[in-house]
Amino acid sequence: MINKQVATIAAALEGIQDGATVLVGGFGSVGQPNALIEGLIEQGARDLTVVANNAGTGHVGLAKLLAAGRVRRIICSFPRSSGSVVFEELFTAGKLELEIVPQGTLAERLRAAGAGIPAFYTPTAAGTKLAEGKETREIDGRLYVLEKALPGDLAIIEARQADRWGNLTYRASGRNFNPVMAMAGKRTVVQVQEIVALGALDPEIIVTPGIFVDRIVQIDAAQPGQ
Amino acid sequence: MASTDSNPRPLSRMEMAARVARDIPEGWYVNLGIGVPTLIADAIPAEREVILHSENGVLGMGPAPAAGQEDPWLINAGKQLVTLRPGGSFFHHADSFAMIRGGHIDLCVLGAFEVARNGDIANWATSAADAAPAVGGAMDLAAGAKRIWVVMEHLTKDGKSRLVENCSYPLTALGVVERVYTNLAVLDVTEAGFVVREIIPGMSFAELQEKTAAPLTAGM
Repeated sequence: MINKQVATIAAALEGIQDGATVLVGGFGSVGQPNALIEGLIEQGARDLTVVANNAGTGHVGLAKLLAAGRVRRIICSFPRSSGSVVFEELFTAGKLELEIVPQGTLAERLRAAGAGIPAFYTPTAAGTKLAEGKETREIDGRLYVLEKALPGDLAIIEARQADRWGNLTYRASGRNFNPVMAMAGKRTVVQVQEIVALGALDPEIIVTPGIFVDRIVQIDAAQPGQ
Repeated sequence: MASTDSNPRPLSRMEMAARVARDIPEGWYVNLGIGVPTLIADAIPAEREVILHSENGVLGMGPAPAAGQEDPWLINAGKQLVTLRPGGSFFHHADSFAMIRGGHIDLCVLGAFEVARNGDIANWATSAADAAPAVGGAMDLAAGAKRIWVVMEHLTKDGKSRLVENCSYPLTALGVVERVYTNLAVLDVTEAGFVVREIIPGMSFAELQEKTAAPLTAGM
């Protein structure tokens, strides 16, 4: 019997190696799997590359992982926002490498990784500072930038409902990067608000089919960012 | 138009938003950037069906929720709580940016630091030396939406023109801006540079030109 549900976060994250690339779902705190981030801090892997839209705010979640000194490099679209104090401090002190990626390019690089596309041309950032050092090509009179797929050793994401096969639904704008990160992770671990019986999810409303999911942990969430 | 009032009054932020809203027709799919562009949502008459898109996976976005009606999982790209109109939908980030990059969004209204007479826009970093600016979805929107309009103050706080010959700040996208709404004027960006369509009451074309660091053509 297939059962992707594991009892503890520790069991879901065992074996994650130092130097791993970790995809972290969410847009701000909405859809961000903070319980799994806490688990990653406990688990102890170091020297991580983190891929996320933002670089954390306050001192919880992603900011806490950064503050714990576990992250060598962060790849994101919008690191600076109100409250991104930990990021600012580490970045200014030269303790964190940063790669800025336009938000749509970030999403597509993740999707490409999950879809077996090694690279793609995009008009986004053509002719700007963010295209410097990248291959560009004119196609039908317009300039495009070659962007590479962005796979992860681990994807940690948040979902609303799951069954034991790992089929997922999301809640409102909590979907954001989570489905493409699920596709792009070698191991995809889901923090889910509710686990339902196999067959209880209407197949027409499943957003992420379980083929993209490896492990599920149920975490109560009355608010985003838990 | 030629008469010169002694004291022309620049538009407020709300008035700028309302002026842009007047030009958005029913049926368009529209993405609104952060700042003054966000105010445009409230300036579109309720009976005119304009479908608002938010980068984080929302089409048919409605206004801020009434007290007690908040869904903490439903936010906009500025991370403010919003609502969903009947007919609205949710989707993931790759689909959201396929809508943008794929040319399905009729209009994106952005704020900007500078717009050049050839339509170049700079709105994401104020210095080439800034190693950690935040680009978000600005470059995707600027490169991908069918139309890019900019709404911004005509002058910086130091009184420098934001309409320029060439942008001095790092570019967001090249040659994409079609129209600029400022607190002093409405201008189209054409092959021949900026063409002035409207000026606030009491300001002459010559006075507007004096405040603008790029040549203007009268097109009123």
